[in-house]
Parts: sequence; C-alpha cells; structure tokens
Amino acid sequence: MVARTLPAIDRDNEAYWTWGREGKLAIHRCAACEYFVHPPVPFCPRCESRDVAPRAVSGRGRVVTFTINHKAWVPELSEPYVLALVAIAEQDDVRIPCNIVGCDADKVDFNMEVEVVFEQTEDLWVPLFRPVTA
Amino acid sequence: MTRFAEKDTAITGVGLSDVSRGATKSALALTVDAALEAIADAGLTRADIDGIATWPGERADGSGFSPVGCAALQDALRLEVGWYGGGGEAPGQYGAVFNAIGAIAAGLCRNVLIFRTMCEATARKTAYANSLLREGQRQAGPFSGYAPYYTYAAALQQALFFNLYVHKSGIRPDQVGQVAVNQRRNAALNPKAIYKTPISIDDYLASPLIATPLRLYDCDVPIDGAAAIIVSRMDVARTLKNPPIRIEAIGSSMRYRNSWTQLAELDTQAQPKVAKMMWSRTDLKPADVDIAQLYDGFSFHTINWLENFGFCERYGAKDFIDGGHRIALDGELPVNTGGGAMSGGRLHAYGAVHEACTQLWGRAGARQVKGDPQICATSTSGGPLAGAMLLVRD
Ligand SMILES: [Zn+2]
Repeated sequence: MVARTLPAIDRDNEAYWTWGREGKLAIHRCAACEYFVHPPVPFCPRCESRDVAPRAVSGRGRVVTFTINHKAWVPELSEPYVLALVAIAEQDDVRIPCNIVGCDADKVDFNMEVEVVFEQTEDLWVPLFRPVTA
Repeated sequence: MTRFAEKDTAITGVGLSDVSRGATKSALALTVDAALEAIADAGLTRADIDGIATWPGERADGSGFSPVGCAALQDALRLEVGWYGGGGEAPGQYGAVFNAIGAIAAGLCRNVLIFRTMCEATARKTAYANSLLREGQRQAGPFSGYAPYYTYAAALQQALFFNLYVHKSGIRPDQVGQVAVNQRRNAALNPKAIYKTPISIDDYLASPLIATPLRLYDCDVPIDGAAAIIVSRMDVARTLKNPPIRIEAIGSSMRYRNSWTQLAELDTQAQPKVAKMMWSRTDLKPADVDIAQLYDGFSFHTINWLENFGFCERYGAKDFIDGGHRIALDGELPVNTGGGAMSGGRLHAYGAVHEACTQLWGRAGARQVKGDPQICATSTSGGPLAGAMLLVRD
C-alpha cells in the first residue's frame, strides 16, 4: 500500500494523533459536564467550560457508514479498501474517519462493532479500526 | 412578510464559454468570453458593471479548480467597481451570489458580474489528479481528519454519505441510475453539453464502481469552461433588455455543524435547514415550482435535494424518480434540463443557474420545457456546503 498522507499537528489535535503510542485513543472531553468534543477544541459547546482536555476512551465503537474503494487513484494503491466513519462507544455523535482493517472489505457492515488499533507512520499513530472478535 | 434583500435583486444576463475536455484558450480567456456574453445579454456595457464576485476565489494551485479570481478579471476587462468579493468561506457555490445581494442592498453596486471558471480537464492532464490531497505535505483544514485514510477525492466522502442514504432509504441502483439517464437524454438536446450519446439503465449498471455504491455515471465531468451571470438591483433590472429573473428566496447560513464528519444527519447533510430557510422567505411552495436544477456533483445530491426541497417525502425520491418519467423534460418536475454537471460539464452550480435562466427566458431550443416555466429551484452541493435559490421570471 502507498504511504499514508498525514495531518498537520497543532496543540488541539496532538493527543489524538500521538496517544496511540501508548495504545490509547484520545478524545477531548469536558471536565464539567462530561461531553465529548470532536474534532478536538478546548471549549465545551454544551456548558461553555474551557476545561476540555484529551481523555483516553475505550477505543470501542460502531460503523456508522462506510464505502469500499474500487478505484486506483494513485499508482500502487492496493484496492479495494474500506473508508468508514466510526462512532465511539462513549458518545454516538463523535465520528472518526478511518480505514477498517483485519477483515475482508465485503465483511464490513453498518453498525458493526469495532475496536481501535494504531499504525505508526513517522511520528504519528494513526487510528484504524478492526472488527471486535471477543 | 419581511422585506428580504434578495427580493430587490434579479438576474439580468447570462453567459457561457465553450465547455470542453481540453480548451484551446486560457482560463482567463474563457472567463472573458462568458463575462462579455453575460454583460451583452443584459443589455449592459463594461462601464455599467460596478461589482464582481466569484466562488471560491483564485486558487493558483495548479488544480484548475478555480484558476481565475476577481482581480484577474477586473484587470482584464478594466472594470471600475465599487465592490468585489471572492472566497471559499461562504454558503457553498452560491455564496458569491448571496454576498452580491448584500453588497447591492448596502448600496455598494448595482450590476454585479458573478462568474465561475474551472479548468480541471486540462489540469488533470498536466498537473496533479485531484484537488484534495497532494503528496509529501501534511494536511491542515477541514479534510485533515480524512488525510491518512487514502481519501483521494470528494467521491470517497460522498460515497460514505450516499451508502448510508441507500441503506436507510432502500433505493435501488436502477432507480439511482435514472438521474444519469435523464441528464444524458437532456444533454443530447443541448449543443454545449460534453456527453450527448444517450445511455440506458443497463449502461449505468455496467459502469464501473468508484466507491460503493457510487458508479462512474454517478459523477460529474471535469471540464474547462466558465459561466457568468449579472445580478442587478431590481429597479435597474426593470430597465434592461430581458424580463428580470427575480431572486425570490435564498437559503444559506450555518445552522448545522460545518464539518465533513460530524453533520447531524450524514445522509441528508446540511440541506434540510438550508431548504427550510429558503421556503421561510417566500410564500411560494414546492408545488409551485415548474423546473429544478439540482446540484449533481454526484447523482446522490440530486436525489437528496428532491427530498430536502420537499418535492417528495424523506426517502421517497426512489419512487419519485423510478422510471424517470416525472423528472423528464415532459414530466411534472423537469430536473437538470441541460444535462447537468454529469453530462453537460462541471460548472459547479453556475452551469445550473445558466440553464435555469435559459429555460425561464424560453431560449432552450430543442430541450425547452413546455408550458412557459416561470419558477425554478436551484441548489449547491453536498457535505456542509449548502445553498439554495428560488428564481422567478417576472
Ligand atoms: Zn461541558
């Protein structure tokens, strides 16, 4: 597979892209009202607290929607692969773009239970999801 | 009813350059062609143009997505304007029109030249293949979350939303395909369309899958070309050559999360609130609409707008387009009458406005909708980029 394109890192999103080094999925959470804020912003839109910081979540979630890619957009792109949006188990409206790995593309389905795995690329740990087997 | 500013504005002229899969002219030359045609169509001269607007403004990134901005066109035409505006942070492609309405209401200008130029066909042969991701640099901005996941084109994001829509609505591929078949049938009657050879549902079903459930024939076609319109203050419009096409109501705003992953309802995207805003600014109803030019970057958008404008029930578009009769030129709601972006070429909602005016002025030749259409609903694209306009010929 070709190299992954990587996101630019800033103060707000650094934890999200690096806590995978410790095997943790970091999502910003409001300390006052426990609302998860994603993409990461240091402000809670529910209670207006500024005390919002990355917190490790379970890494479990469900596939909200997905698509199976069939087109070779760039040379050497192995296909098919699955692009998905996964809702985290803790809060269904926090959705994470990802690839689904660890199963054939045609086995991915709506609402499938998944868990996070990380793939190190350069200095970042990219969250991916695989089916929950246990 | 409150006096909304758009009701004091009208489209008074339109222009369209040659549209091709490889132009022999520069992007600026195509833009000049469209602009001069629109100015003349309105019965104006360059000296009458006192505003310019475009979306998303000049992007000198080699992608051909928006190679010409206000400054380049102003200088080429040597215009003297009181106001100009370009930029992508606006309610979709029609943001340029909405800004122009505000500028006219503020007394900054009376006749605004609005244009959209794309040279993606040539760019894709000579530069890089898509405008979202370039190799070797880290991505910032609204698509950065998608960056690591081989999300090379808008087709992949829209396929995510489209697949959920298919899952929830139960629409069948042979129903989705009616959008492509309808538009090719209309394009066959449009001398400026790119693809004119009719296709059948079997052709649609045989076209390659790009990303489930999106097929090649669900996608618009990258082109080289430019479209231009003149938006005038209503009292000026009434003195000009054409019957004014009044901007009866607009829908814009950001009453939803402006995010490509966290939209409240991914399968309907930002459209319901935009459509609701548009209908709240007029006494007209969906049943009053004669024709519709509904964004068709992907056929999913067109299908979704049918529901969000209220032409049919939520998840009822599959029955509305089944068989293709109701959306055909002689149907109850002719849709994308010039072939749309999928067969006519990707002019990014401005080809649609050009076609809307062409139909409302009765100039559409072989594809002219019968019965003297007076009211047209138009829309911009998907994701959080949503805008809508209701156009009414005076
Ligand atoms: Zn809070």
